[in-house]
Amino acid sequence: MRVIHDIHGGIHPPERKALSQPGTLQSLALPPLLVLPLRQHLGVPARPVVAVGDAVLGGQMLAEANGVMSVPIHAPTSGTVRAIESRPIAHASGLEDICIELETDRQDQWVVLEGMPEWRDREPTMLAEQIRSAGIAGMGGAGFPTAVKLTPGPQRPIELLLINGTECEPYITADDTLMQCYADQLIEGAMILAHILGADSTLIGIEDNKPEAIACVQAAVAKANASIEIASFPTKYPSGGEKQVIEILTGVQVPSGGIPADIGIVCLNPGTAVAAREAIVEGKPLTHRIVTLTGEALSQPCNTLACLGTPIAHLLQEAGWASEVQQRVIHGGPMMGFAVSNLDAPVTKITNCVLAPTQSELPLPAEPKPCIRCGHCAEACPASLLPQQLYWYARAKDQEQLTTHRLFDCIECGACAYVCPSHIPLVQYYRAAKGQIRDSEQERKRSDNSRERFEARERRLAEEVAAREAKRAARKAAAQQQAISGGVDPVQAAIERAKAKKAQQGSSE
Amino acid sequence: MRDVLLATVPGVLVMTWFFGPGTLINLVLGAAVALALEYGVMALRGRDPRVAISDLSVLVTSTLLCIALPPYAPWWLIVIGVVTAVLLGKQVFGGLGYNPFNPAMVGYVVLLISFPIQMSSWALPRGLETVPGLSEGLQRVFSPGSIDALTGATPLDLLRQNTGLLFEDLMTSRPELSGWAGLGWFEVNLAFLLGGLWLLYRRVFTWHAPIAMLAALGLCALMGYDGGSSQSGGSALFHLFSGASMFAAFFIITDPVSSAVSNRGRLIFGALIGLLVYLIRTLGNYPDAVAFAVLILNFCAPFIDHYTQPTVYGTRKPTP
Repeated sequence: MRVIHDIHGGIHPPERKALSQPGTLQSLALPPLLVLPLRQHLGVPARPVVAVGDAVLGGQMLAEANGVMSVPIHAPTSGTVRAIESRPIAHASGLEDICIELETDRQDQWVVLEGMPEWRDREPTMLAEQIRSAGIAGMGGAGFPTAVKLTPGPQRPIELLLINGTECEPYITADDTLMQCYADQLIEGAMILAHILGADSTLIGIEDNKPEAIACVQAAVAKANASIEIASFPTKYPSGGEKQVIEILTGVQVPSGGIPADIGIVCLNPGTAVAAREAIVEGKPLTHRIVTLTGEALSQPCNTLACLGTPIAHLLQEAGWASEVQQRVIHGGPMMGFAVSNLDAPVTKITNCVLAPTQSELPLPAEPKPCIRCGHCAEACPASLLPQQLYWYARAKDQEQLTTHRLFDCIECGACAYVCPSHIPLVQYYRAAKGQIRDSEQERKRSDNSRERFEARERRLAEEVAAREAKRAARKAAAQQQAISGGVDPVQAAIERAKAKKAQQGSSE
Repeated sequence: MRDVLLATVPGVLVMTWFFGPGTLINLVLGAAVALALEYGVMALRGRDPRVAISDLSVLVTSTLLCIALPPYAPWWLIVIGVVTAVLLGKQVFGGLGYNPFNPAMVGYVVLLISFPIQMSSWALPRGLETVPGLSEGLQRVFSPGSIDALTGATPLDLLRQNTGLLFEDLMTSRPELSGWAGLGWFEVNLAFLLGGLWLLYRRVFTWHAPIAMLAALGLCALMGYDGGSSQSGGSALFHLFSGASMFAAFFIITDPVSSAVSNRGRLIFGALIGLLVYLIRTLGNYPDAVAFAVLILNFCAPFIDHYTQPTVYGTRKPTP
């Protein structure tokens, strides 16, 4: 039995997970139009390889990876590319981004997929490349390109592959449903990922509020006769944070500023593992994902396997949305999610939940009051930070103190704001402060660059002067040489003359 | 804030039982002045005064100060105290959350230094004198000197003035000192302890500062007891349940704004207050010491914070 460690802080908000009936998948109608942002992952946007008017098949690549920190985008179904232009996306600041618009033809014709069921005989690097070209990015919420995580390099040997099925955020049941409906695929996916990483052991961590998922995964492990350990641990938010789940299950902390691979661990979402299996065994790129549609404003909350690019409004309507006045729609969960300003924004690779709560269910935050430094936030902080101090320093824009109080170790889980009796939106302050510090670092880098350029120029000018000087000296030396070898040196002659004249004057007096 | 006000109820009731309606008069008068001040200042500062008043913080300040003031203190003493606490203790720094010192203690110390006679005249408890009724009480407050009322020293005062008696003898020599920690005072402290435990249960604050203070005070008293000679500082029980010990531990030093912020910091903060309270009580010139000890440690709070930052995730040194 694995020793379960506790993490500092944490909170127990109402879970409200039963609302979306985890464990069953509803199939919803395909929308007439899919909007596929070129950046659905963390990193560089993909580069379109189709033109407006092109007819495409399901699984066909629409945009290619642009460098290491990028993954391609594929068509979720067959249709016609109608536009490649700026569209509203699900973004905390309501930004737009370049998207490929695909008009679906309802034929759902696919390219011929070629899988590698014999993946055990393949090179890990080749399999990792296959996972990249399938467009897989972390499906837990951050969207980090999975292939990058799978190639930590020879200086970071991986001992443990950790599949993070915690899903600690209230309401969300996408991973829970996935683990119940795709348990066999999850196990094979985990084995593929362990093979790529060369990991010695594989561990699946699931919070104890998901007994059905635990049972399904256990059965799948037994069926596959895989050497995969399953650990369950007490429910607490935010146990599902990568750093938190690692500490809970291993007792080791990821060093500040480091990544889990530094301590020999790679942590992946179960959705990512299932997608990896599809990519390797079936050759199918990432075009769909499970989305939880929930909240009391929906008459049929559910989990569904949605095409990437499906507009959020379409999903809400399919789930029986009765819009309230001033209805909020949240992308992600109530703790870390953000309100979507435009419901035309599409589902992306990181959309695990769309939450449409009623006013009474999730009231708007109350007007903030002054901080009285009660310290409840410090009690709740899973990173053992002092949120109230960070808040004061963030307001004072004291970047030095923010850094010494380790602002950048904040995982933005929102536990501090949840317990704050003054209703201060603390995380917003931290996000803004992080942005400002990053900006001023860039500024410093820029001015450092300018200074270095200036100094290099000064050095170059000095060298030129020195070179000219040397040249002149050389010329002079050459002239002297010439004088010695070939007759009278004009300078020397002039000096002699002057001396003679002076001597003459002296003797005449 | 509301919980803190509610938690003072048992203590105030016991005080009223032993000393009459004096404390209640203090509270009502103080609250009226405090609310008017807060309203006026917030209006002058261009903020919504109703929002500021609705957080109840100004009522907490005036309540804590008025509990600490002697019952039947002249009305002007209360007014000066509350004005000092609200204006100089809190609003000049920017209002709630910005005050470096505990506002109630600022008001208390200013009064203690400026009006030592009025501040050390405590009413005698029930059992030594008939407790005045409401009208007599009001008369004593609003026309001071018109009624000859017996006031006396508090048990802590008596202990400080003691020169020749063994502690045990001292405790039996005066009727005020009957019981474990003085007539009435033991019960008052017990009531505040009760309120404080309820606040702990409600998780209004953590146990660190109060327990550290009481532990330090009790430990010091144990060490200084020397078997109870005439030079002794009094027993641990006497110190823990006399004067403002319990009131301070659960209502004064738990003010989050002016205390240290981390749990480790609050342990140090509380313990040093306990130590200072004992030192000032036994060696200093003032009978009780809570206000001074709290203000001195308010000064130290940022310093304590600097050295008690918790170990952040991922910065723990690996154990070999």
